[in-house]
Amino acid sequence: MDFQVERGGRASKNAAITLLIVLSALTAGPYWLNAGHQSVLMEIFYFLALAQLWNLMAGFAGVVSLGQQAFVGIGGYTLFAAIAWWGIPPLVALALAGIVGLLVALPVVHMVFRLQGAYLAIGTWVVAEVLGLGVSQIESLGAGSGMSLPIEVADSIEIAFIDRDGVLYLGALFLLVTGNLCAYGLLRSRFGLALTAIRDNESAAAASGVDCKRVKLVVYLATALGTSLLGALIYLTKFRISPAAAFDINWTSYIIFIVVIGGVGTLEGPIVGTIVFFLLREYLADTGTWYLVILGLLSVAIMLKWPAGIWGSIAKRFDLKLFPTGRRLRVSDREL
Amino acid sequence: MGNWGDIIIQGILLGGLYGLSAAGLSLMFGVMRLVNVAHGDMIIASAFLSLVIQRLTGVDSPFLCLPLVCVLMFACGFGLQRLVLNRALNADMLRPVLVTFGLSVVIQNGMLEAFSADSQRLQANGLEVASVSLGGGLVVGVVPLLIFASCVAVTGVLQWILYRTELGRAFRATSDDPVTAGLMGVNDRNLFAIATGIALAVAGIAGTFTGIRSSFYPTSGPESLLFAFEAVIIGGLGSLWGTLAGGIVLGVAQGLGAGFSSAWQMLAGHIAFLVVLMVRPTGLFPKRGN
Amino acid sequence: MSLVDIRGLSACYGDFQALFDMTCEVGEGETIAIIGANGAGKSTFLKAIAGVVPAPSEAILFDGKPIGGLRSMELVARGIALVPEGRCLFASLSVEENLLMGAYAKRPGEWSLAKVYGVFPRLRERRHQSATTLSGGEQQMVAIGRALMSNPRLLMCDEISLGLAPSVIANIYQALGPLKGRHMAMLIVEQDIHQAVSFSDRLYCFQEGRVSLTGQSTAVTHAQISSAYFGA
Repeated sequence: MDFQVERGGRASKNAAITLLIVLSALTAGPYWLNAGHQSVLMEIFYFLALAQLWNLMAGFAGVVSLGQQAFVGIGGYTLFAAIAWWGIPPLVALALAGIVGLLVALPVVHMVFRLQGAYLAIGTWVVAEVLGLGVSQIESLGAGSGMSLPIEVADSIEIAFIDRDGVLYLGALFLLVTGNLCAYGLLRSRFGLALTAIRDNESAAAASGVDCKRVKLVVYLATALGTSLLGALIYLTKFRISPAAAFDINWTSYIIFIVVIGGVGTLEGPIVGTIVFFLLREYLADTGTWYLVILGLLSVAIMLKWPAGIWGSIAKRFDLKLFPTGRRLRVSDREL
Repeated sequence: MGNWGDIIIQGILLGGLYGLSAAGLSLMFGVMRLVNVAHGDMIIASAFLSLVIQRLTGVDSPFLCLPLVCVLMFACGFGLQRLVLNRALNADMLRPVLVTFGLSVVIQNGMLEAFSADSQRLQANGLEVASVSLGGGLVVGVVPLLIFASCVAVTGVLQWILYRTELGRAFRATSDDPVTAGLMGVNDRNLFAIATGIALAVAGIAGTFTGIRSSFYPTSGPESLLFAFEAVIIGGLGSLWGTLAGGIVLGVAQGLGAGFSSAWQMLAGHIAFLVVLMVRPTGLFPKRGN
Repeated sequence: MSLVDIRGLSACYGDFQALFDMTCEVGEGETIAIIGANGAGKSTFLKAIAGVVPAPSEAILFDGKPIGGLRSMELVARGIALVPEGRCLFASLSVEENLLMGAYAKRPGEWSLAKVYGVFPRLRERRHQSATTLSGGEQQMVAIGRALMSNPRLLMCDEISLGLAPSVIANIYQALGPLKGRHMAMLIVEQDIHQAVSFSDRLYCFQEGRVSLTGQSTAVTHAQISSAYFGA
């Protein structure tokens, strides 16, 4: 009997090549896409990035947060405050937003991690409410009604020959790709092995010497950083922010729908989920709140019937792994 | 003194409503370790249910609709657990949270579709503006007083069910060890359905009172959930009287915050919760260890 | 007709097949001991009869009716009670409440709180204490009493002696002795071979999920047992 440990197969090599081609085409987007398509794609990019972060945290580390809007809001508001208060250039303010998000997450993690499991989820939601209410007390940021960016700031975003929309588009793509690469690298590392172990069986992971609490903490902080960066970018494209919109639970709802529909705990799942999410939106946008009712019902149905999501169910059936993070054993019987 | 005394009394009475909202959440978690993220939306849904029943029957007072609301909510809870939530219960907690979160979005947006985003209020035949004097210049509304009394009564009844009846014994046994409870003949699926039925019947009371006390919107559910959750954590897991006490702490903190502004009313409540979490993560009145 | 008739029972414990094509019979009112090394499948065998571990329907006949694969809550009502390994008392319930849980299925019969306290007098003194504050032996008495409260026709005990002092074990078997007989059959998994042989009418020895020896307890020899226990 002969066996070897391997990560991916032919499917994953093909997937990697396809991905490279698609990415190159998308990077050249500002040259061949019109403004409308660019803005839709940009939205897809940041929703996918937000979903991937949440998936890393909930699907792998087992930390279910219902309070991601806290960091979308903190990121957005940090950007606006940095520009309005100190006149910091937007792209620098963007980086600052990530740092502030991380700094806010430090005390938050200290508080909510005292709660267990599902209660932790609601705890993160409370924190988002507190931050939203707190921000709406700040008069110089427009209090409850919010504020807009001055038009000069918007125009200052151009870099060389790429216009404002192009820069924002590339920024979103950049965050998406680096976010995914980091997640992918992380999952394939020793740390990722710990994460996957926690996903599969937390008590067994702890028994094998994985410091579950530390792993969860690190992932939560990394997610906070990434989500804040994305929040800043999102509000840089929107040019207008308000506490009600930035700290809206719907940010988290959409993220959860994307991940649940696509498949929790895989890197491919959120990609499928984002495509389904935007397709549904395309066709159901006119139905108003029914759109959310349908999304909610769909995610409940999927959670009950196919908890692995669309991707997870397909992958299991055909033994597919496009972006392999795990290892598998290939055993072949060979006559000696 | 008059002003402070007033704020504290109002806060305590408001705490009764939070205690009532939290009782169902606490019960479901206690029996099956399920945190119902849609609990707040179910409370608001029952306020709308009262509204609809009142309009259809033309009854003067929502208090008269209350028994019917409770029965209907019990049936909803029983069915929901049998058909949906039982299938979501398993070893990991991701599924129940995401399923009830999905339900929350469905209920909330369903209500928006059915009743529009307008604010609503239950008319209690003038009772909502009536008040009584407690002496010393303290005047309290009849409705808050009634709500508080009901909360104490409901907590007492739940406590009695849990510790003095066969059903309660089965609840506690199943919570300890569901497999062994099965060996005793306990059908956990049915038992869980009864627990959720009771939790939603209590949510029906909480919802109706919420609607009499103040105006409500289809989107009020999350607020209700967060306050209920905070009352449970402040009070300490697994203790029903503790949950009531937690509700009171929350109500008083909100009353004190309301002295500044309406945003501070909310903030003060949340901050009280975070402070308790920092100082005493097990809550103020945790269940004594076994 | 025998009370329990097991033919060709195979069962898995998780992904692991623990029982292979087992055959076993328990007569009305008979006391049977099951012995065997760790991992021989004794616990899985009891759990399959009690409905905790799934089993094929026709493989287990109780009172002539197929009961394999029924859920444990249905089996209590038919008169099957299991005293689980490790006792598994309800930690937040008092001693008396634990006993009352045993009567949850409301199967009619002779057992009552008073009668259980008659068998285990020490439990009466401790009836309001939390079950977890009791000594190991007392906890085992509660677990047995709880099973008796369901008025079983078949009482199964999994490793009563586990972790108990010899004098305590002797006490418990002494209390169980008078219960043997017409009304109730017993199926007892026991590590202590001497205890198993002296307490039972017949015994089965399991080895790696199969029956390796069966016979009248008075008739089997020491040599037979040790070869059935450890393999040839």
